[in-house]
Amino acid sequence: MSSDRLAVRKTYKLYVNGAFPRSESGRTYEVTDTKGHFQANVARASRKDARDAVVAARAAFPKWSTSTAYNRGQVLYRVAEVMEGRHVQFCDEVAAGEGLSASKARAAVDAAIDRWVWYAGWTDKLAAVLGSANPVAGPYFDFSLPEPSGVVAVLAPQQSSLLGLVSVLAPVLATGSTAVVVTSRDRPIPAVTLAEVLATSDVPGGVVNLLTGDAAELGPWLAEHADVDGIDLTGAPATRAMEFEREAAGTIKRVVRPPATEPDWTADPGLSRMTPFLETKTVWHPIGL
Amino acid sequence: MTHVLDPGALSGAIPTVRAPLAPYDDVTRTAAAFRAFLHGLPGVDQVGAEARVATLGTRSIKTTSKAWAIDTAISMVDLTTLEGADTPGRVRSLAAKARQPDPSDPTTPQVAAVCVYGDLAGVAREALGDSGIHVAAVATAFPSGRASRAVKIADVQDAVANGADEIDMVIDRGAFLGGRYLDVYEEVVAVKEACSRPDGGAPAHLKVILETGELVTLDNVRRASWIAMLAGGDFIKTSTGKVNPAATLPVSLVMLEAVRDFRAATGRQVGFKPAGGIRTTKDAIKHLVLINETVGADWLDPDWFRFGASGLLGDLLLQRQKLRTGHYSGPDYVTVD
Repeated sequence: MSSDRLAVRKTYKLYVNGAFPRSESGRTYEVTDTKGHFQANVARASRKDARDAVVAARAAFPKWSTSTAYNRGQVLYRVAEVMEGRHVQFCDEVAAGEGLSASKARAAVDAAIDRWVWYAGWTDKLAAVLGSANPVAGPYFDFSLPEPSGVVAVLAPQQSSLLGLVSVLAPVLATGSTAVVVTSRDRPIPAVTLAEVLATSDVPGGVVNLLTGDAAELGPWLAEHADVDGIDLTGAPATRAMEFEREAAGTIKRVVRPPATEPDWTADPGLSRMTPFLETKTVWHPIGL
Repeated sequence: MTHVLDPGALSGAIPTVRAPLAPYDDVTRTAAAFRAFLHGLPGVDQVGAEARVATLGTRSIKTTSKAWAIDTAISMVDLTTLEGADTPGRVRSLAAKARQPDPSDPTTPQVAAVCVYGDLAGVAREALGDSGIHVAAVATAFPSGRASRAVKIADVQDAVANGADEIDMVIDRGAFLGGRYLDVYEEVVAVKEACSRPDGGAPAHLKVILETGELVTLDNVRRASWIAMLAGGDFIKTSTGKVNPAATLPVSLVMLEAVRDFRAATGRQVGFKPAGGIRTTKDAIKHLVLINETVGADWLDPDWFRFGASGLLGDLLLQRQKLRTGHYSGPDYVTVD
């Protein structure tokens, strides 16, 4: 590559309501790779961006949560297809951001796309696995059905920038909730690319909102927000997770506690990340004649 | 008088044309004189008006000022329901919300009025009782205004008899756009007379809706404002809420300048009510700033300024809860209309 070409220095923006706005605060910060070389400027979301993202996620919830499970699965599978098309880009970004060798970065991206496909397949199986026809002593049917919680705030893992992100975001979408995600602070670039993937796939605007910035700054606002139904604290700073949990209790949110150290994301997650953001609705129905 | 064959057919009385306040008592002598007067009003610089409101819209209102603005705005809301599907039950629930907008916080001020169709004014009157909240009723073939004058007058008298103490009338936009300004004037005068109570009680306040979304230019907005004020309207109101665009800030600026100029010339103060399209606290605060900077604090009072809105109150309450509790609230925490 000729060296006299001017570098195109990128300044990425947020992903809110299907659009790419700048932060309301106008703030950006520099992201470097693990060797300290400049990678890009990204927007640093403020509490008002988080507020706007929650409004967008709430507006998108009725349509997303009532779309059929088959449709939701197809929409999510389409995301995996578009991710596949960006495979090389993801590999470069993960390698630079996490300091991985090319082969390890490739393995992480493969695992992330496979994870997304895996969750896409779960959408139409949840009701069968988690729902039940309950025994009752009377001429009734009694069914229990899993239903999405609503708007879920996700503090994404700080270390694993793509596989970790996919592992916490995809289950929220697969179960029918909408998401406001705060990305890894120091490794947000794969999340920005994922936002570009989401914007060019079939996911309706507002279903996923990605905020680049600091989980320590945005966490309290999302934990206290009365219109957020659940919060995943995986990426919360270890010293403040307890505080966020207490704040979330004020409006009785579903809370996923942070692990002591970031888990091995390549392990089989089972249902552990889908069940926390599901409510069980039980209905009685006369048998009829 | 060209479009009504017999204006007194139903009411039994031919309205007499009253002259405006001095020094404008001679401008309605003839249609030609009135037209000359209205077209002689200073033209509106549309680009300048938009720039002015854009500048004022950037004012940052925070903390205690914001708390004051939100409470003031709540006390200025005309809580409105103008749907074909309105029922007495819906009006009663709206009246309950008007008296106690936020049940979780009794310090929340009451709204200024409940605005309904004329036939439901009695239900609203009864539900509001002695709360001091006014009952506003839309009349004169709202929202199109397409009926004969006699029918419009009967509509007004019916709403007043049902207990409305504020009447929101629409002007005849067809006559206005056709250049028959004196017809518009005479109609407002006639409606104003119909607002008086047969028993000698205080007459209902008259709000004149210009429906600025149909008036095309800001020059027309200024002319229609003057017609309404000269004819004795107590309030001028932007829109019915049924037409887009409704209450935009440049339109509000022009109408506020009109009420300011009118008081300077005649000494009579006229109120202003933007309606339609004001949905967020931010919009409401922009209007409060616009008032303070255009006509001054004399108008920052529910007697002289109102918001016509149905959805605005919900957002004001959410913002009020945010200030009180320190965290963002959600639509689950305010009542649904």
